[in-house]
Amino acid sequence: MLMPAPDQGLLDRRGEFVAALRAIVPGEGVIDDDAGLAAYECDGLTAYRQRPMIVVLPETVDQVSRVLAYCHGVGLKVVPRGAGTSLSGGSLPLADGIILGLGKFNRILEVDYANRCAVVQPGVTNLSVTHAVAGEGFYYAPDPSSQIACSIGGNVAENAGGVHCLKYGMTTNNLLGVELVLIDGTVMRLGGKHLDPQGLDLLGVVCGSEGLLGVVTEVTVRILQAPETQRALLMGFQEVEAAGACVAAVIAAGIIPAGMEMMDRLAIAAAEAFVKVGYPLDVEALLIIELDGPPAEVDHLIEVVREIGEGCGASYLRISMNEDERKGFWAGRKAAFPAVGRISPDYYCMDGTIPRATLPKVLRRMTELSEACGLRIANVFHAGDGNLHPLILYDADVPGELHKAEELGAAILTLCVEVGGVLTGEHGVGVEKRDLMEVQFGPADLDQQQRLKCAFDEDGLLNPGKVFPKLCRCAELGRVHIHGGKVRFPELDRF
Amino acid sequence: MAWTPNDAAGAEQAVKDALAQGKALELVGTGTRRGFGRAVEADEVLDLSALNGVVTYQPEELILAVEPGAPMSEIAAMLTERGQCLAFEPPDFGPLWGLPAGLGTVGGAMMTGRGGPRRLTAGGPRDHCLGLKGVNGFGEAFAAGGRVVKNVTGFDVCKLATGSFGTLCVVTELTLKVLPAPPQAQTLVIRGLSDEAAMAVMSKALGCPAQVSSAAHLPADIAARSQVGELSAAHGAVTLLRVEGVGPSVTARIAHLAQVLSSETRQAVLDREASQLAWKEIADASFFVGRDDPVWKLSVAPTSGAAVGRRLADELSGRCFYDWGGGAVWLELPAAPDAHAGRVRQVLAQVAGGEGHATLMRAGAAVRAQVAPFQPLAPGVAALTERVRTQFDPQRIFNPGRMYA
Repeated sequence: MLMPAPDQGLLDRRGEFVAALRAIVPGEGVIDDDAGLAAYECDGLTAYRQRPMIVVLPETVDQVSRVLAYCHGVGLKVVPRGAGTSLSGGSLPLADGIILGLGKFNRILEVDYANRCAVVQPGVTNLSVTHAVAGEGFYYAPDPSSQIACSIGGNVAENAGGVHCLKYGMTTNNLLGVELVLIDGTVMRLGGKHLDPQGLDLLGVVCGSEGLLGVVTEVTVRILQAPETQRALLMGFQEVEAAGACVAAVIAAGIIPAGMEMMDRLAIAAAEAFVKVGYPLDVEALLIIELDGPPAEVDHLIEVVREIGEGCGASYLRISMNEDERKGFWAGRKAAFPAVGRISPDYYCMDGTIPRATLPKVLRRMTELSEACGLRIANVFHAGDGNLHPLILYDADVPGELHKAEELGAAILTLCVEVGGVLTGEHGVGVEKRDLMEVQFGPADLDQQQRLKCAFDEDGLLNPGKVFPKLCRCAELGRVHIHGGKVRFPELDRF
Repeated sequence: MAWTPNDAAGAEQAVKDALAQGKALELVGTGTRRGFGRAVEADEVLDLSALNGVVTYQPEELILAVEPGAPMSEIAAMLTERGQCLAFEPPDFGPLWGLPAGLGTVGGAMMTGRGGPRRLTAGGPRDHCLGLKGVNGFGEAFAAGGRVVKNVTGFDVCKLATGSFGTLCVVTELTLKVLPAPPQAQTLVIRGLSDEAAMAVMSKALGCPAQVSSAAHLPADIAARSQVGELSAAHGAVTLLRVEGVGPSVTARIAHLAQVLSSETRQAVLDREASQLAWKEIADASFFVGRDDPVWKLSVAPTSGAAVGRRLADELSGRCFYDWGGGAVWLELPAAPDAHAGRVRQVLAQVAGGEGHATLMRAGAAVRAQVAPFQPLAPGVAALTERVRTQFDPQRIFNPGRMYA
């Protein structure tokens, strides 16, 4: 994975930058020693590492604004970072850039039950929002599996999802407003406790922008009343096709379950060996379907789904009769990643989305790809919305295996796009899928996205080297070519 | 003479022609939403109504791809046949602007970006736009988003385009998320509440586990205009709380809700049909149809709805009602040269402390040219908005003046 070449001119001025940043963020808020910097050299995508030039940990919006304005003035690159749990390398540092860590923005500023929202700082963890409002029976719906550690600011940057987003939406659907600082230091508010956007929906495009458009310093999210009941079905199928047909039949029956997860044979075996929750080991696919809401609704729908499952040939079917059983159903799924970690020295988690109808075809093709390169794949799948998480098993200590895993991952994501899907359903592009963007998007599509970047950050200082396979070239992109058709800028290098 | 492309390639050519000839375009479908925003200052009309096909509808994938000129009424009927819907309940403001009902297009609904009463729980058009194809102001055809319901690949240009009033690009195809239509719906009605009391009741209802999908309050003068007998015959204010879903669930939740609100004794329940009619009236602001006095829609934090709405209605001798649990205040005021814009925004700023904004939803073109139908943006946001527009439409050839002068 190539990053933009470091600028020696910037590296030479490190001492000057440190002094200037210390003048803005005093005390321990500027880190420039090797040991301190080492803690920031990677995020959740641990295969890629880079020690940043400087780490800055501001505590106030004013400091964020002044740091960004300073960086803008001297042309210093900025990589924003929340809790550093990105699985796509969204906060991978740059050798000639600073890490702007928002970890000290860790307060819940306001819980407004009457308007059903919470105003929090970006460094607050996802789960602590729910903890703060659970006493009143509320919760924050998006639940990425890293929710104990990941920050709300990072959730906004990545438009994080989770197992419940089929019914309750992604971060963007639960986000009401942000305070945003632009690279030139301008502080602005987008959205708030009201619902209609005022003007263009800039909030909508900031969410999921992976730290390329601005730095979020405050977040207003919707909170929901927790459902009265949750019950789940656990269903095993002898064929993946039958499990896929069951998922489609549930949707066709007009039911949007709170969660609908699928695991394949290898994932089931790994999970069962790890947490021993009683998953059947003689099935090709396991479905967990969770329904939530008032007891009358859940009891009614659980029977409907049971009939659908039986009709689709489920060879194994259990319905949770209490909370312990329900949590047991989930325990294996939630532990699937660490469980796979036990059967392989390393694994590489992919994140494509496909039209659900293509699942059997995609799984067959993945098996072929897996056999061809000799690396195993375990599959967990947000079946309701088609979001596939193939886990590629490899051993980083074997020379060449990481590279093979990367190639297999790229082939899988390319396959996702070929069947009508997309590269990433919830983890983001980051550095990981950057070079695959041209598989999904044509040149004009990427040009338009990069032009949007130019509107926010003309000098390309915010998180360069992420999302786009080529750096933005705002001056060229801004020109209107009326007599098109020629290849423009063929000489431009990619990383 | 309007320019009338038949397909996406034609739309792209039209944009190239406009660029070459230095002409600005007014983008229209059936033109039913011309009353929304400012009148466009364009040289030519780019009529997209011939781009009206269904590209693909896959009920089991929950996606629908259509061309922008597809009539909303036909699309709604097609979805209903499969038990699905556009969950954001696209409002039909045609009658509000003196036009027949049912003429709008999908493109118009998405580009004006307004959701109906289910906005609180199901989101607005922005939350249901998954992908688009379009032509930017560089004359380039481009695509954004995708055809699956879960996607974070690249910037979410779809959200930006939704609600952009055609000021960023010519959309030639939209992929939308469709959802199962709730098979059953009932509405609990509480009679006789003051506006302030209604805000508290709606907040309580929306914060309880009954999963209320919509909450509105119609003061007495508005309720009297309802076509729903149970509401107009109430001879007083009505507060409406909608519960939707499968039959057994709706029955149980209505009962639960009635219990939660048992201190409000003047309760009644609207059945499915009456409920549908009532929420359609609320979505379309039908109570203001057949007049031409200025109409405003204020978007505020729900609990400040009454403080802003009642005060303005009383002070300016108008009338108002509330949707979104108080978060949307619809306000009809007597005619005035500035449609009372100054006062409306002044009171909004005082009461809501800078939270929220006011949109002029109905007024003559001359008034709309003069008073900024969309609330002026803070300087930093306004500057960013202009930069964003420049990156989509550098020559300002799409709907110039539609949003801001």
